[in-house]
Amino acid sequence: MALKASDLSVGDTYSETLVEDLKRTQIVQYAGASGDYNPLHTDEIFTTKVAGYPTVFAHGMLTMGMTGRMLTNYVGDGRLTKFGVRFTNQVWPGDTLTSTATVDEVADGVVKLSVETVNQDGTTVMSGYAEARVD
Amino acid sequence: MAVDKFPVEASHIMMFARSIGDDNPIYYDADYAKKTEPGAIIAPPTFAQSSAQFDPDYFLRPKTGKPWFGSGKEPTGIKREAGGGGGGGGGGGLHAEQHFEYHRHLQPGDVLTATTKPGKTWEKESKRAGKLVFSESITEYRDQKGELVITARGVGVRTERPVDSK
Repeated sequence: MALKASDLSVGDTYSETLVEDLKRTQIVQYAGASGDYNPLHTDEIFTTKVAGYPTVFAHGMLTMGMTGRMLTNYVGDGRLTKFGVRFTNQVWPGDTLTSTATVDEVADGVVKLSVETVNQDGTTVMSGYAEARVD
Repeated sequence: MAVDKFPVEASHIMMFARSIGDDNPIYYDADYAKKTEPGAIIAPPTFAQSSAQFDPDYFLRPKTGKPWFGSGKEPTGIKREAGGGGGGGGGGGLHAEQHFEYHRHLQPGDVLTATTKPGKTWEKESKRAGKLVFSESITEYRDQKGELVITARGVGVRTERPVDSK
């Protein structure tokens, strides 16, 4: 189900909760699927004793992946043409993430969106943009 | 990174979709996918990142018989100089940015190649992690016909010390 340009206005928003109480197991799942086995994400002993972080933390790409789900739920399957982000804060086990897409522009069959993912404290963990084809 | 052969497979797409908590049947149910606009199973937007699985030299995957920097008997399997913990503890830094441009969406049966070339590098001073060194890389994913399907731009950052999360 794709978006119709005629139904969209600048400033429209779409939000989803990406994850509630992020589990270390999901981070392990992402490591296995993506092939990024950096121990910082799954190895508590390495991460606390060697790298100096309070605990393991999520791959930025896990947050981007979950945010991509919000986007495809909004714009429809196979409609994304661009998706780019900056990772601004780490995502930790226990975090609850919410992501919002905001319509910046609709023209020539393309919607341009701003994308922001925040944690339970309202801190932005990732921000960026996306573009998608609309009907 | 150079990947000579990245076969896009249905079970890998399913596992990847599960790992990002996406239960959209277009990622695992071929019968359902047939009735959608793409008309077939496609891969989620960030799936191309898992090309790491097919990079023989990918340094964030343990390899048989080689030292690995994660914990075992000791907190790390590799002896390192003291004080080098910042930004990944030998893990190659942190991911600062990622950008994808989709020329089309990946489907099971695609066989991709990926070639990466370095982009810009720059430095920045940060209160939370000291000196930051950013480096950009651009990866082109091409399909079995040699057509460009995804252009990816990643930015990694090396930090002077671990990022203060407060």
